[in-house]
Amino acid sequence: MTSYLIRRFLYAFPLLMGVNILTFVLFFVVNSPDDMARMQLGQKRVTEAAVSNWKHQHGYDKPLLWNSEAVAEKKVTETIFYTKSVGLFLFRFGTSDSGRNIGDDIQQRALPSLAVALPTLLLGLVVNISFALMMVLFRSSYLEQAGVVLCVVLMSISSLFYIIGGQFVFAKILKLVPISGYDDGFAAIKFLILPVLIGVFSGIGSGGRWYRTLFLEEVEKDYVRTARAKGLTETQTLFRHVLQNAMIPILTGVVVVLPLLFMGSLIMESFFSIPGLGSYTIDAINSQDFAIVRAMVFLGSVLYIVGLLLTDISYTLVDPRVRLS
Amino acid sequence: MIILWTDGLIFALIFSILVLGFTLRGKEHLQRPLKTIANNSVGMVSLVVLVFFVLIGLLDSVHFKQQGAGNEIISALDYWATPLREHGEKTYSAPFASHLFSKEMMTQADGSMQWGYPRLQFGGQHLSNDNDKLADIFQKTVVGVFQGVVCFMALMLVYWMFSKNKQDEESLSFTFQPVPCTLFVLITLSCILIHLSGYYHVLGTDKVGEDVFYQAVKSIRTGLIIGTLTTLIMLPMAIVFGILAGFFRGWVDDIIQYFYTTLNSIPSVLLIAASILMVQVYMANHEADFTSVVVRSDTRLLFLCLILGITSWTGLCRLLRAETLKLREMEYVQAAYALGVKQHTILLRHILPNVMHIVLISVVLDFSSLVLAEAVLSYINIGVDPTTFSWGNMINGARLEMAREPIVWWSLTAAFVFMFALVLAANLFADTVQDAFDPRRGT
Repeated sequence: MTSYLIRRFLYAFPLLMGVNILTFVLFFVVNSPDDMARMQLGQKRVTEAAVSNWKHQHGYDKPLLWNSEAVAEKKVTETIFYTKSVGLFLFRFGTSDSGRNIGDDIQQRALPSLAVALPTLLLGLVVNISFALMMVLFRSSYLEQAGVVLCVVLMSISSLFYIIGGQFVFAKILKLVPISGYDDGFAAIKFLILPVLIGVFSGIGSGGRWYRTLFLEEVEKDYVRTARAKGLTETQTLFRHVLQNAMIPILTGVVVVLPLLFMGSLIMESFFSIPGLGSYTIDAINSQDFAIVRAMVFLGSVLYIVGLLLTDISYTLVDPRVRLS
Repeated sequence: MIILWTDGLIFALIFSILVLGFTLRGKEHLQRPLKTIANNSVGMVSLVVLVFFVLIGLLDSVHFKQQGAGNEIISALDYWATPLREHGEKTYSAPFASHLFSKEMMTQADGSMQWGYPRLQFGGQHLSNDNDKLADIFQKTVVGVFQGVVCFMALMLVYWMFSKNKQDEESLSFTFQPVPCTLFVLITLSCILIHLSGYYHVLGTDKVGEDVFYQAVKSIRTGLIIGTLTTLIMLPMAIVFGILAGFFRGWVDDIIQYFYTTLNSIPSVLLIAASILMVQVYMANHEADFTSVVVRSDTRLLFLCLILGITSWTGLCRLLRAETLKLREMEYVQAAYALGVKQHTILLRHILPNVMHIVLISVVLDFSSLVLAEAVLSYINIGVDPTTFSWGNMINGARLEMAREPIVWWSLTAAFVFMFALVLAANLFADTVQDAFDPRRGT
């Protein structure tokens, strides 16, 4: 098992390298640093001096892949590719266009993101699973049909409308919670209630449907029939047997997204002006801050790969049948 | 006649669907699932709604250069809706309003100034007295209903004539089935709206005075293009890589798996954002190539589809790989091997047709999520060009209107209703298709 995990861990490096090459191609090859400089400094009336100054400030004034003017190993190290990728691998993200340290910003903003995303995930899980279990309990009845129709209708509404509608009803008309904002410590709770509730509600449609098919597949298995034959009631079989066995795919599905929770939700954070990583990314996109976007792409991939690793581990822990080779 | 990139691709898509339908007609194994779909009234009703949307989108995809002023590139729909397009007001006005939404200083006839709601330039212009408005709307609605009924009757008559040699009773009772009823509702509704929109701003006007109904209708094309072209771009990659990985296993499988795990590990929103940023830089540096606003926004739309396609093929690829892994061990494939059938023949004749149901299901399932994704991406400014009409841009433009006092609700409502109708129809139809084609579901 240990050797398997080590192998999986080592597999992460080529993946990260691939991500790195991909972002490098996107950010430096498709458009040269000169193009970026012109875009940033405004299109017209840009002097050569201003462009080279901008490039020097951002460390883009080196050759892309191969520095023929340098000596020995510096032929490789004195290039944009080397300096920029080594920085990412060491989690040194450099400075943003506004001159702030990106690494510090990310550390500061990860917590608010997590404060929205984690409760949304957990509460959403509970709500979706209970909703799906109710539908399965009343299966092939009008109640289930109504549930399925409700799911499809909820799925067909854009998440933007949930947020706009929720803000309008609960914050503007009923004035139960502030419309947007954030505060440190426990004072943040009143700002978090609405985003979390909206997040949970907007996920019911697809989540409920997904878990319903999961449970329905499980319900038709032989052990469930045995449990019924044993004399257990339908509720008992559902909660004791079906739920327990369906937990394996559910848990592993959740584990993958756990690390990504740090990244936050883009639209949720921007609507509620929560200073998390999601709104950080949106701001960077809108101000065309390439350094931040590149850092976030890399960070997101690292977290996803960590999620994959965790999934592998959780599989071996939860399901003893999984034989690792 | 000008063919934009997306136009050409859309028509190519329609053409290939027709060709595919023609070659596959009468194939026995397809009859059963198709009959299942035809017998499902929910599926058929949603199909009718979808076709209705597609027709509007196609009408909006025929572009030509307008003669005379400006030499603008407009579509057939634009031409048809010229009054709607040109009858802009100053700023916000409510649906069916005859006056502006906000007060303004007005110069009276006698030269004095007055603080009040100015009369709209076009909306409700024919009214002499504001009190007649309700009666006028009612009268115009009745005319619209009448037009709708006539259109529907004509359509039914054509249908009736073509099916006359069959049993007469059946074709008569057909009129009251769900599908013709939907057709009737759609035709009548559009007749009413077309007739009314000649006199009023049916869904009001937005901040710069543009007709919201026109915006919402124009957005249909954007939504459809994102939903269909993206799948068109993603399908070849997903099918080729998925089947090859599953069929050859070994190092081919390793490379393909590495490839899609890498792509997958980048959060898709960020990858889209990064790519769109790069497209923006490219377009800013090659301004000379994008002289017309229409060409410019069309290029960006195409790029968006391309990027969405590149980020979304991995899911289908994984499914196809798993299915191919299973299929290649099947007895009929083994038998084909034993008989000495060549590898590529096995791939084309035995593997490909048997994974097609997965492809079909995932195409219809993806459609609605792509339409929804467009709105979110446009909201973050990494979607379509800001000058393109799209529901995402409508929402984005209206995001602060709910905070106004009194609120401006019509832009959001219009975007909501149109989007909801399209996505709901797509979701319901996808369900029906899935039930019909998935061997594990249904009876």
